[in-house]
Amino acid sequence: MNLLTEPIGVSHYLIVGAIMFVTGALCMATKRNALGVLMGIELVLNGANVNFVAFGSEYLRPGAVSMGLDGQLIALFVIVLAAAEAAVALAIVLNFYNNHSSVDVDKADELKG
Amino acid sequence: MDPVSTLPVLLGLAWLVPLASFTLIVLFGPRMGKAGIGAGYLATGAILTSAILSSFSLFFVWIPAYDMPEPSHPVAADSAHGGAHEAEVHDEAAHKEEHGDDDHGEQHAESSHGEHDGGHAHFDKPEIAGEWYTLGKFGSLRITIGYYIDSLTVMMFAMVTFIATCIHFYAIGYMHDELHDYVDHEVTLEDGQHLHRPGRFHRFFQYLSLFCFSMLGLVIAGNIAMVFVFWELVGICSYFLIGFYIERKSASNAANKAFIVNRVGDFGMIIGLMVIFATLGTFAFGDVDADGDGTPEPGIFSQVRSPENDYALVVPDGVIKAAAASEIAKGVEATPEQIQSWREDMEPGGVGRWAYWLMIIAGVGIFCGCVGKSAQFPLHVWLPDAMEGPTPVSALVHSATMVAAGVYLVGRFFPFFVPEVLLVIAIIGCITLFVAATIAITAVDIKRVLAYSTVSQLGYMMLALGVGGWSAGVFHLMTHAFFKSLLFMCSGSVIHAVHTNDMTHMGGLRKKMPWTAYTMLVGCLAIMGAGVPFTIGLSGHYSKDAILAQAMSFEAANPMLGWLFYVAAAGAAITAFYMFRLWFLTCAGEPRDKHRYDHAHESPKVMYVPLVILAVMAVIVGWSIYGTPVGIQKLLEQARPMGILTTAHGALLTDLVHPDEHLSHLEEFHVASTWYATLTGLAGLGLAIVFYGVRVLNPAEVANQFKRVYKFLVNKWYFDELYNVIFVKPVLLVSSRVADFDKKVIDGLIDTLAIGTRMIARLDDMIDRYFVDGLINAFAGWTYAVALWFRGAETGRLRQYVMFIVLGTVVLFILITFYLSAPLAPSLSTLEGRP
Repeated sequence: MNLLTEPIGVSHYLIVGAIMFVTGALCMATKRNALGVLMGIELVLNGANVNFVAFGSEYLRPGAVSMGLDGQLIALFVIVLAAAEAAVALAIVLNFYNNHSSVDVDKADELKG
Repeated sequence: MDPVSTLPVLLGLAWLVPLASFTLIVLFGPRMGKAGIGAGYLATGAILTSAILSSFSLFFVWIPAYDMPEPSHPVAADSAHGGAHEAEVHDEAAHKEEHGDDDHGEQHAESSHGEHDGGHAHFDKPEIAGEWYTLGKFGSLRITIGYYIDSLTVMMFAMVTFIATCIHFYAIGYMHDELHDYVDHEVTLEDGQHLHRPGRFHRFFQYLSLFCFSMLGLVIAGNIAMVFVFWELVGICSYFLIGFYIERKSASNAANKAFIVNRVGDFGMIIGLMVIFATLGTFAFGDVDADGDGTPEPGIFSQVRSPENDYALVVPDGVIKAAAASEIAKGVEATPEQIQSWREDMEPGGVGRWAYWLMIIAGVGIFCGCVGKSAQFPLHVWLPDAMEGPTPVSALVHSATMVAAGVYLVGRFFPFFVPEVLLVIAIIGCITLFVAATIAITAVDIKRVLAYSTVSQLGYMMLALGVGGWSAGVFHLMTHAFFKSLLFMCSGSVIHAVHTNDMTHMGGLRKKMPWTAYTMLVGCLAIMGAGVPFTIGLSGHYSKDAILAQAMSFEAANPMLGWLFYVAAAGAAITAFYMFRLWFLTCAGEPRDKHRYDHAHESPKVMYVPLVILAVMAVIVGWSIYGTPVGIQKLLEQARPMGILTTAHGALLTDLVHPDEHLSHLEEFHVASTWYATLTGLAGLGLAIVFYGVRVLNPAEVANQFKRVYKFLVNKWYFDELYNVIFVKPVLLVSSRVADFDKKVIDGLIDTLAIGTRMIARLDDMIDRYFVDGLINAFAGWTYAVALWFRGAETGRLRQYVMFIVLGTVVLFILITFYLSAPLAPSLSTLEGRP
């Protein structure tokens, strides 16, 4: 099965989502800047969102047993969650910056075992 | 004023005021004024209030309310034995008049109606019986605070509170040493110093108040259970007061002796109580409507002497039923006819005989308590030792009131005693009066002379009651209280002045302390029974005459028991002798101890004014109130229990006759006994003058002459030694053996057990420490090690955490894909919508 010749379907979306997810995960794992880490998180979440939307789409999977609007709803839910999380995370980062004059997550190791 | 409603309130108040004083002194005693002097004033005020209430009750409530019995006309001598019995005819209609129920609804009174009938005035005794409060009910057993008021009660109230008031005033002066720190010269400590201790003024008055409360409670008690409670309360007060100088070995010993000897008597009393309750089913004296149904339940007295039987002593149904318990168990119905036939079954072994024996046991049991309290032979040994207490106590507790409680109780229970019990009482009284009088002759301790004199006079009272002279015995109780408390207070005044009890160190004190000496002389004359025959006399004159007359009347009826009279007459002579010996040795003659004489002085006014008051009372108390026939004797006639004014015959000792007390007023007894009393008194007085007044005979020489007798008397008939050998030594021996057993066997056993327990505990401790704790500690250690190991993972590097998350996800993914795919596959295929 050659994806390049196939009409656009679920698999393509899944590939895009997987790439976004891996990119996000790598971004989280490699960035020392806290903002970079946050961006990675956004990527991971949105990668997951693409999967949800794709599986939930009536157009991409005609004839499949409908799941209704579940995929879209969960995607919206994740977006709201991501917004809330970003707000909290940015607040933490700001405070961290105020205390350490830096946003380097490697310096935030006061809770280590 | 209506006595039925007012007297219980007045006398109840008079009874409770000393209790209030006691409570206040217990709580605030040491803080009352300087060194607690306020306690003395409080107690005195309280008893003065009681005295006023009691006197008011007697003179303004009781006497105006009730008629006195008509003068009695002794019947002719030939009808003396038996004739008088038939003379008792009762008018049923007239004899009882119920007063309307008052607010308690429980009180019940009989009003008096004088009526002439064949020589004996028919007269119904006025009495008020009722209850204030029910403490508890247990089946048929009711414990109540009740009252039984007749003229004897009211008179006892007036007498006790009057004397107690005098003694309280006197004690304020006498006990002033206790107001500051006290040096007890009779107690030497180990370092040779005398004992120094804080004064105990308030405590003395605290006990006096408690005593007054208890004594009044005993007098007003409406049932025998209450009597017993207050009986023990006066006993414990006596114990406290004898042991007032507790640091003195002799005082604490005397207190113990008094208490223990009294327990012996009380044991008998409890037996009597049990018999009474088990057979009669009630403790109450009078008829009290306890269940509120409008008809009073019969008390002890009306069960024994019921109005239906003309108040003759009949063995009550309850006693018969108790004696016939085995018959009833066999199914025999206890119908009235059956009970009557049982009652008449007086053959040996018959039911009636057993029932009569029960009556004797109950009577003698009650009397046992009286023997202990009134210091009768053989329990008389405690009273002389009780003189270790302060003198006001001796005057109040150990002569005038508490020891008279035994006589009072015999008087109260008189209707219950069958003639055989009365005979026991008479014989015990007679022995006591003689033994104590002889010991008093040789005693040199002034208070001991008076103590033996008290014992002897109490013997007189018991004798009088025992030979059927109810009013004679109780009359002597009243008069004796006045002159004996007077004599004790005089002796206290003397001791206060010369600081010794030993009469051989006194003498000639009448010049130094005239008030004391001459009031004491009045007391001696009163106890001797001085008076002009048939005209006038001191109080003792009347009461002693009455006793001798009754003893003589008894002698005429029972010639075999005539010795009771002769011993009593001899006792009268001895009484006069030892009393005047005492007076001559202390107040007359030349001083024998110059040093003490020089330091002697008259007591303060607060002490000798009560002496004068009591001296006046000792003279006049036998007289009737001027212009009226009312006097103690008349009041006692009024208080005489119903039905005892007859000639009674014994049922077991069929020869025993108790003559009607009014027969003693017959010319042949009355005149003769008056002469006997006067002449024996004069003889004793003469002997005393010969020995100690003009000293014609030297007492020491006479003592030498009768060395053995003298020694016997000085050693008090060897009673203490005898009891020591019979009771004290064996008890001590047994106790020391028991103590040894306790120490060696029981303690050893317990110790072994304790050691065993300790060993087991130690083993248990080891198991606990090494096994249980070890296990728990090992778990904790492992947990700790694992935690330490995991700690390494927490590096604090965020990117590493993300790595872990990603790796974990990947691992999970692989696991789910390759190892858990089978269970998940169907659901995945359904999702895809493909078959």
